[in-house]
Amino acid sequence: MRRIYLDYAATTPTHPLVLKAMLPWFTDGFGNPASIHSFGQEAKGAIEEAREKVARLIGAKSNEIVFTSSGTEADNFAIKGVAYAKEHKGKHIITTAIEHHAVIEPCKFLEKRGFKVTYLSVDGDGLVDSGEVKKAITDETILISVMHANNEIGTIEPIKEIARIANDREICFHTDAVQTVGHLPVDVDELKVDLVSISAHKFYGPKGVGALYIRKGTKIVPFMHGGEQEHGRRASTQNVPGIVGFGKACELAQKEMGQEKDRLETLRDKLINGILDRIDHVRLNGHPTQRLPNNVNISLEFVEGESMLLNLDLVGIAASTGSACSSSVLEASHVLLALGLPHESAHSSLRLTLGQETTGKDIDYVLEKLPQIVKKLRAMSPLYKPGKK
Amino acid sequence: MKSRKDLWSLYSEKVMEHFQNPRNVGEIESPDGIGHAGNPVCGDIMELYIKVKDDIIIDAKFKTFGCGAAIATSSMLTEMVKGKTIEEALKVSNKTVAEALDGLPPIKMHCSVLAEEALGLAIEDYLAKSKRK
Repeated sequence: MRRIYLDYAATTPTHPLVLKAMLPWFTDGFGNPASIHSFGQEAKGAIEEAREKVARLIGAKSNEIVFTSSGTEADNFAIKGVAYAKEHKGKHIITTAIEHHAVIEPCKFLEKRGFKVTYLSVDGDGLVDSGEVKKAITDETILISVMHANNEIGTIEPIKEIARIANDREICFHTDAVQTVGHLPVDVDELKVDLVSISAHKFYGPKGVGALYIRKGTKIVPFMHGGEQEHGRRASTQNVPGIVGFGKACELAQKEMGQEKDRLETLRDKLINGILDRIDHVRLNGHPTQRLPNNVNISLEFVEGESMLLNLDLVGIAASTGSACSSSVLEASHVLLALGLPHESAHSSLRLTLGQETTGKDIDYVLEKLPQIVKKLRAMSPLYKPGKK
Repeated sequence: MKSRKDLWSLYSEKVMEHFQNPRNVGEIESPDGIGHAGNPVCGDIMELYIKVKDDIIIDAKFKTFGCGAAIATSSMLTEMVKGKTIEEALKVSNKTVAEALDGLPPIKMHCSVLAEEALGLAIEDYLAKSKRK
């Protein structure tokens, strides 16, 4: 059966050239980068080369890149690391209601330990209002964290504006750029950000490796203790093959990003418009234009998300939903609810995220199958009253 | 690559079979009992219709907004109660429906509770209506 993967926001396949670059570092290049001998120094050379590639992709200096095990770790490191480094100055953090759980949960953790956190609301398209950021700042504010683009609805936030506000008040600014680095141009000096979270497997690198960009001079407490790796900021023997793969993925992204962005945007809009043309009672979630090139998120009213995913999977299409039924906590997506969607619409959401392997034929196939599935499920939905507009 | 069946581990084959070919979908015109269960917050809503003759459920139909487990349990429940007396039907629990489907993942057991609730409410509705007659 035909299999079409449309869940690139969850993870991407490792690029063959990335894998090729990694392989020698499992075998011949197995040395510990902390060792003095040639085995160790070769491995150290490899990670430093990768560090330069990561830095180059975001316009940073290589000594401002700290490798982590994931984007989630980078977020945890940024939030907790700055909070603990600056708690003597104040205990207030500003973030948004639509952040990834890797930001929200560390904030909640800190709230239990005496910090105050403001979770800014967003408008119906998922945009944060920079004016609201300004209003939320107090003398106690030590950190502002706003994601570059949302992983569920694809809305791209005005982080340049928000970072400027943070800079004016000399408040540390972090952005979770896991969904944008490797896909859209990100330049730390142009954006004036202090901390940036990155994950390799979101742009054809391997899983298990990420990075936190830390602007020189930013006060932050180390994430792990027990070694001098990563300039003492993140103890633990580095994942050499993973880091080499990460570097290669950055190098490839830098070359291919521009063209790929245009190609994906065309396919994305074909998919969105095709769905809106073929199915009634559909809502596009997220900003119509200020959105990730590969993100489609829609609510297909009266149909529950997991039942859609199962049916799509049966015809070979892999997608994702914000419905409670598909989550292990049985709660609807906090992002969709933050947009002001009623629970029914959050449960009816479907996310299709495109990538390098996606073709126009794949989009045609989805546009052929999805209306049939929605029709079948609506016929058994007690919420659907045909003829009603 | 493994076959599809091996890959699919969330639900049993029986659940998937009922999910793909649900029995008794629809509404009954002038039913003897209706049960509405669930709410939009949790994401599962079920409507169950029953037709009763001489104390026996002669027909049952459903409409469900919900996940695979909710649809499969709705389908299985309607199959199980058809032909049963009201007293027998009242003994059909969420556990017996889940067992008939070769089990549900623990996190999905609440979906089978929905079907049991809808059945209880439909029978309650039928009993209230028949008393009034």
